[in-house]
Parts: sequence; structure tokens; C-alpha cells
Amino acid sequence: MPEFQEKAPLLHREVIAADIFRLTLHAPEIAGAAHPGQFVMLQISEGMDPLLRRPFSIHQISAGGNMQILFKVIGRGTAALAGLLPGNHIDCIGPLGRGFFLEKKEHLCLVGGGMGIAPLYFLARRLLQTGRMVEKDFVLLGARNREELSIFADEFSELGYRVQTATDDGSMGHHGFVTELLDPILPIMERVCTCGPFAMMKICAEKARAADVACQVSLETHMACGLGACLGCAVTGAGGGYLHVCRQGPVFDADEVTWTR
Amino acid sequence: MDTINNQDIDLRVRLGTLSLRNPVLTASGTFGYAREFSQLVNLHKLGAVVVKGISLKPRPGNPPPRVVETACGMLNAIGLENVGLQGFLEGKIEFLRGINSRVIVNILGDSVLEYGRLAEKLTGIDGIDALEVNISCPNVKKGGVAFGTDPAMAAEVTRAVKERTDLPVIVKLSPNVTDITVMARAVEEAGADAVSLINTLIGMAIDPASRRPRLANIIGGLSGPAIKPVALRMVWQTARAVSIPVIGIGGIATPDDALEFLIAGATAIQVGTANFYQPRSAESIIDGLTAYLGNQGESSIRSIIGTLQTDGD
Repeated sequence: MPEFQEKAPLLHREVIAADIFRLTLHAPEIAGAAHPGQFVMLQISEGMDPLLRRPFSIHQISAGGNMQILFKVIGRGTAALAGLLPGNHIDCIGPLGRGFFLEKKEHLCLVGGGMGIAPLYFLARRLLQTGRMVEKDFVLLGARNREELSIFADEFSELGYRVQTATDDGSMGHHGFVTELLDPILPIMERVCTCGPFAMMKICAEKARAADVACQVSLETHMACGLGACLGCAVTGAGGGYLHVCRQGPVFDADEVTWTR
Repeated sequence: MDTINNQDIDLRVRLGTLSLRNPVLTASGTFGYAREFSQLVNLHKLGAVVVKGISLKPRPGNPPPRVVETACGMLNAIGLENVGLQGFLEGKIEFLRGINSRVIVNILGDSVLEYGRLAEKLTGIDGIDALEVNISCPNVKKGGVAFGTDPAMAAEVTRAVKERTDLPVIVKLSPNVTDITVMARAVEEAGADAVSLINTLIGMAIDPASRRPRLANIIGGLSGPAIKPVALRMVWQTARAVSIPVIGIGGIATPDDALEFLIAGATAIQVGTANFYQPRSAESIIDGLTAYLGNQGESSIRSIIGTLQTDGD
């Protein structure tokens, strides 16, 4: 699959919540080749600190070669990224990794928690573009509170999906875990696609397996290169060996992964 | 000072009997088996690719987390994960034959016997131009550390490899010793055609919140720009102590970094961690060396090597 390195101008910087940002970059080569679930490696600083690129799943691709990423400030890398302004350029490598496997006919449920919502929106849009009727597909979204969730709930709803929400503080939707919303839906589903905190995906994987529903998970790990060279992004596979998130993933069949840590 | 046209500039260097079109190599463990970078890097431009270390049998590597970023560097404890000799010969060498750059295979073993067997099995195979003997990886509890820190053991491994191959043999040295020149002289006397240094410096990082080590292996190898001054010092000392070529490694990311090592006495350099964050580093170093020579009015990179000017000269 084609991979590109582009110095992408930052076109737009949205502040979604106090520490959540959405950046729109002009990266036509990457955008043109990207598949939902794939990621990009962004060089945050032209200097040596932070030294390594950071992986971000592709949140949205739009006509004209634009690409969006969505992130929460959690460390030095994301703090520096949040400080970039329109006009700045970001050196991007991508699209990388193996994305979601799309099957037109299945009844789908997308489950996103926190920043795990990011790649699911690209997936949701791409599904629509393939001519899919999405009215019977569900999108379950979870976050800490309404501030971090409402914009995404609106955006998925506008695409025509049936959206349900859960928040930790009860300020929007179900007061509790987003995975609790799965129970009544799973019997009529054929596939779950999930991205979010490990514990959340683990519950999704367990519930899907119990209901005999296929489940794809998008994993997140530290990685130095994203290209299959550093071998730093290993996770334990169900077979006991290691899987490499960058090249074999980041999207895996839930059954390929060991869920005990 | 006259400037020189780029086409007249000669970047060729020799490592024993191995001739290279330029002195810029990619370091083992940072460039996979080259194919990983084929979409982003012109693989035909490099002096040589040093592939990920190969052992007789495949190794699964260490549990995660395996990498952590540090100030201007990173720690890794990959644990020598690799496809093994058979996996390399069946799945990797074919692609490497197709690139118009030299291919150096890094080998690692748990015993002198294993190093010897690897050398034997990799000799006479089309597409392999030299061997680099990894005696210095700090991550495996058995073998690696002792070979890399004991001059007699390092010499024994070198002899075992030399006896079983007619390929040029480069021995990659660990910096985790009191005096690296002792190790360099020991492997030179045992027949090494060149030495490469430095491998990673052993380090660690702790998460204060959990009071746990940031690497599952607790300790790991430090690499990246943070280690460059240490590497440069060791290369300078080693180049004065041995008469075989020295390959400089350690935090090299820019043409100026490479020039520092060449001036200190390195005949060639390897780009390591920089491949991770800027895959085209090696290519831009090659271009930068050409530009430097042109500006300096020099026609050959060989006239730069070991030209450190000090007050004592």
C-alpha cells in the first residue's frame, strides 16, 4: 500500500473542549490513499524534543486532500501539537497500518470511547460513501462529560446513524460505561468496530464473543517509527506471540489479541 | 577556495575489502530489512543497509512496553526480536538483492558456536556483502553482555566468525565498558576487518506516579542525539587505538553529525534512531556530505577522515 511523507500546512485548529483539539491538515497524498482505521505519524517538533513522531488515527478525510486528526492533551507531544497554529506545517508520514475491514451487508455497531471516537468517524463516512444504508447501524459513544461528547454525537447523527451516548458524570446520555449500551443491541448486530481505552475494548470484545458477533478493535501503543522497523509496538497476541500494532494493526480481530494485562 | 562540481565529488570509502559508494549506512535494528522503508526512502542511494540482527532461531523479543522516549533520545528493550536465519533467507534476502546498495547482515548468538554457525550459513549467499557481529546488545540476559564486555570473549567470537567466512567482518562494540579501546584492540588482533561503535548505552526510566519502570525489561538501551557526544569521544579514541577502519554510530541525524564522526576518524557512519523519526536522514546526509566537500574545495571524502585539528598538532 502506498505511503507518503508530506509537509502538511495546518489549515484549521478547533478547540473541542478544554484539552481536546481537532486539526485540519492539507495532506493530499496521504488523504488520497487513506483507509479508515489507518494512522499517520506526525513530527511535532522540528527540534529534538520531543524526538519521536506521534501516531494519530485519521479522523476524517475531505475532498480537496484535507485530513483531520483529533486528540486530547496527555503529554509533552500532544501539548506541543496543541500549540501549533494555522500556517504552521507538520511533517506527516502515512497512511500507515491496516485499517477496518468493511463489509457492506452486515449490521454494524461502532463503539467509541474518548479519543477512540476519532477513527470511527472516518469509518462512518466511508461506509456512507460506499452506498451503504446506515439507518440500522448503531454508533455508541462514551466520554467523561457532555462537553467532550455532544459535537461528535451530532456529527454521527447528521450522517444518519442511530447514535446513543454515555458519560462518566451522567451529563449526557446513559450515566455509566458506553459498553453497557451494547447489551440490548448486540443480538441484532453482525459486527462491532471499536476504538477507545483498553478496558472498554476488552469488554466490547468479551460481549461480542459471548453473542457470537464479529468484533474489530483498534489498538494504541507506544511506537517509535510506525513503519515496522523499531518493533517497539508489540502487544501480546492470543496465540502467545507478539503482534506489531503498526504493521499488523492497528485494527485487529478481537480474537487475535490477548485481553489480560 | 575553489568549489567543485557535485559530479566530481568522490564519496567512496573502503572497509577492509568492502568498497562502499558512500560512507552512510543504516544501523541494525533501526531499518528493519530495508523493505519497511521502500516507500519513503531511495534504498539505491545508501552506502549500505545493515539489517536487523539475525540469530540461528527466531526470537520473540521482550514483553511490552519496549520503547520509551527520553530527553533527545529513546530507550529500547526490544529483546532482539528477529525472524531467525531461515526466516531471513526465505523471506528477506530476495528483496535485499534487488537494492543497489551493499547489504551487511548483523548476527547475534548465545554462544561462540552459534556465531560461527551463522557466519558459515550466511557465507556464499548472493546479496550479502559483509557481516556485522553484534556482541553488545544489552537486552538479553544470556550471552550478549559477557561477549561485549570481556575482551577475551569478544576476541573468541571474532575468531570463530573469521574462521568460517571470507566476508568482511565488522565487530559492533558496546559502550558499556571502562575502556572501549581495549575491546577494539582485542577484536582487531582476532582478525576483525572493522569495528562499529557505539551500540546503545544502558539506561532506565521510571514513572513516578506508579513507581514502576517505564520498560517491562526495567533497563534498556539509550539511543538518539542524546548519546552523540559520548559516541564521538569513543570513536575518536578508538580510531587512534586501532589500524582497522572504525564505523561511527550514535545519534547521527544530520550532515554535520556525520562530519564530526568522520573528522574524528570514522571511515563510515551509521544512521540509527534518526531513521525512526526522519526516514530520509541517511539520504540527506549523503547530499550534505557532497555539498560540504564542494564548499570546502575537497574532491574526496577520504581527505576529511581523521583530520581533527587540535592545539597539539
